Amino acid sequence: MKKSKNFLLLVIALAVAMIISACGSGSESSDGEGSDSGDTGSSEKQIFNMVETAEIPTGDPALATDQASFIVFGQTIEGLYVLDENDKPVPAIADGEPEISEDGKEYTFKLREDAKWDNGDPVTANDFVYAWQRAVDPDTGSEYAYMFSGVIENAEAIISGDKDPEELSVEAVDDYTLKLTLEQPIEYLNSLLAFGTYLPLNEEFVEEKGDKFGTNSDNMLANGPFKLTEWDGSGLEWKYVKNDAYYDKENVSLDEVNVQVAKKPSTAVNLFETGEADRTAALSAEYAKQYKNHENASKFEELSSWYLKFNQERDGEDTPLANENIRKALAMAFDKESFTETVLSNGSVPSDGYVPKGLASNPETDEDFRDESGSLISKDVEKAKEYWEKGLEELGKDKITLDYLSDDTENAKTTSEYFKNQLESNLDGLTIELTNVPFKVRLDKTRKQNYDIVMHGWGPDYLDPMTFLDLFVTDGTNNETSYSNKEYDQLIEDAKEKYANDPEKRWETMLEAEKLLVQEDTVVAPIYQRGRITLIKPKVKGLVEHAFGPDYTLKNVTIEK
Amino acid sequence: MAKYIGKRIIFMIITLFIISSATFFLMKFLPGTPFQNEEKLSEDQREILNEKYGLDQPIPVQYANYMVNIAKGDLGVSFQFDNQPVTNLLKNRMGPSLQLGFQAMFIGTIIGILLGVLAAMFQNTWIDYGSTFLAVLGKSIPSFVFAAVMQYYIGVKLELLPVASWDGFTSSIMPTIALAIFPIATAARFMRTELIEVLGSDYITLAKAKGNSGMEVSFKHAIRNALIPLITVLGPMAVALMTGSMVVEQIFAIPGIGEQFVKSIQTNDFPIIMGTTIFFAFLLMVIILIIDILYGIIDPRIRLTGGDKK
Repeated sequence: MKKSKNFLLLVIALAVAMIISACGSGSESSDGEGSDSGDTGSSEKQIFNMVETAEIPTGDPALATDQASFIVFGQTIEGLYVLDENDKPVPAIADGEPEISEDGKEYTFKLREDAKWDNGDPVTANDFVYAWQRAVDPDTGSEYAYMFSGVIENAEAIISGDKDPEELSVEAVDDYTLKLTLEQPIEYLNSLLAFGTYLPLNEEFVEEKGDKFGTNSDNMLANGPFKLTEWDGSGLEWKYVKNDAYYDKENVSLDEVNVQVAKKPSTAVNLFETGEADRTAALSAEYAKQYKNHENASKFEELSSWYLKFNQERDGEDTPLANENIRKALAMAFDKESFTETVLSNGSVPSDGYVPKGLASNPETDEDFRDESGSLISKDVEKAKEYWEKGLEELGKDKITLDYLSDDTENAKTTSEYFKNQLESNLDGLTIELTNVPFKVRLDKTRKQNYDIVMHGWGPDYLDPMTFLDLFVTDGTNNETSYSNKEYDQLIEDAKEKYANDPEKRWETMLEAEKLLVQEDTVVAPIYQRGRITLIKPKVKGLVEHAFGPDYTLKNVTIEK
Repeated sequence: MAKYIGKRIIFMIITLFIISSATFFLMKFLPGTPFQNEEKLSEDQREILNEKYGLDQPIPVQYANYMVNIAKGDLGVSFQFDNQPVTNLLKNRMGPSLQLGFQAMFIGTIIGILLGVLAAMFQNTWIDYGSTFLAVLGKSIPSFVFAAVMQYYIGVKLELLPVASWDGFTSSIMPTIALAIFPIATAARFMRTELIEVLGSDYITLAKAKGNSGMEVSFKHAIRNALIPLITVLGPMAVALMTGSMVVEQIFAIPGIGEQFVKSIQTNDFPIIMGTTIFFAFLLMVIILIIDILYGIIDPRIRLTGGDKK
């Protein structure tokens, strides 16, 4: 009897604990909800609720690598430049365009004097000097430090530890004058200056916070339209509130933005359907398909290019893909339209080239690179078969087995099946073996060239075709195919150095390089340029989506009543 | 009793040590680096970063360093969440997971016991069949299916409860129910079988023969004895709840630890993998210990102290 009493007591204690904990969190929530609904009801506050797909990994621009972090900086910190609605860099903290020296290497920026951090400190030239030196300092451990190398003088040597961070050629002439020296003239500098790693930081604040800098919203500063609040460092919810210290706050109409992370697309869509969210993040494949004709669907073309990459050397030996005819045959033997239409169905568009559309335009005629370069390789089964026969003959084989490497997501598996089917049915004697592995494994196998064909995508680091083209120089870090062509290397080198100060010549050289890479040597087989579909309520106006840098900016958003 | 618990705690520490060592070495077999921007890093850059994070050292050295730090209570810093101490992350994420787990277990076992008792007392009637049907359903349909269905009908269609998010008790109702389905089914089935067996045993017949009413016998003698074996399954059930909550946490956008565990493995976030493994292992061992102690308290046939051992 006594024993059972003890047991009963335990159960009761557990129950009481449960109820107390439930009540505790319950009352918390009703407080929060109460104030929220009160706000929307009584005043004209502009509130925007949105869904994201991932947590914020860091609030430290030097350490950020993830889209979710760059999105936060896009709303909270402005650099010398920001991207406008056409993804063109326009001066932000920079007061107008810089003075550029004759040789195109020295830039002198005047900074606007009304820009402030939300702790009241002015944004000064030293904030840039400090942030950049910090980013290239190996002790910081920035994964994006390489964005400085080859750009700002001495960056490369500092990153590899051969020089001190103080030797970076950037200098605060006075509080509002910033001078930088480049390694060589760089046409796309402005788009780099809008990139997250180039954002300014308040030295005093960062040093004071030390290791804690950027680990939650209290340990961050904003100089942009919004400041981040209620982010605990790893949580699934956070807020942006209008930043009163922002120099252009008259043009910001949102008071508050609530962000909720929903990793399951079904959850995001359900939040949207009930009106708890006004916008979803990009929908994953299966939902994109279902919702692409939804009245609230919004399509957007990203700047990432997807293609089959052909490995020419494996374990020290030539693969069948070292044969140019085999590569050409493979690149012409599949249907891109039906792939983007039926398999992906997420707003992606088929592509016959490697450099994506919308990335850069001709410095003189303003024609888009993709348009000017045109269709370099497209589906042609007849020709593919010819190349295939020729290739087999040269190799002295009548059958080839190739392995096809890709991720292990549902979408990647369907894609793999599609390509296996297309290639095998159009090319006699070809067997494709599918290898679907987790993302990290895929990267590892690709890097070690432990594959034949890999489904590969690439996004830009800056707005210039070079961010795509220089991958395939001999022994380039991301070449990963053993492709080596002296002519190609020369073209890339010319574009980078010889024509650094001759935009038109440089442009032509890059066009030539892409043609050589895709049409003549067919190192990769272009497939598509990725698109995204989001759901957004019609009452939300002025949201600007970007194909580079942060996915969107909220500065101009208004909510119609 | 104190001696027994002390012994168990020493074993727990040894087990934790073995688990963390095994995890550490297994984890190092994962291909790739913990760096998020791995694909765009050059060889040199990777070396510099490896050096900065001590990943360039031989694995035994890394292991020794890690173990020394753990002993000091330092679980390291996350790679996914830069500069975020693992202890911080565990602290932030543990609360919701534990709350959901306990709520689900509590509600689940109570409803399950009720269903099981009803089924056993009204054996071979529609109550029994209905309860068995529910139990089979709960056992065979995964919790995330319940979660998704509930979210759609209760959250979206009827708008009775919040679709997702973590804002106090109301937002924990649906995930709790989704997670409770499994304990309900397990407890109900277990309870029914045990109770039927107990009801058929000699001492129940004797009690009845003495003239006690059926109800009185069932409540005073049968249920108490039938409960004992159920306690045994509470441990595995707790584990099932911990792992089952990963997907449910994702569906209801709950900032829990289960979901983070999976992501840390996918991204090679070594310190988080270690931290969560150790935490899960610790939790499981504590639960098992509590259950063993409970066992001793309610079942007089089991003695925890050494004296009675053969």
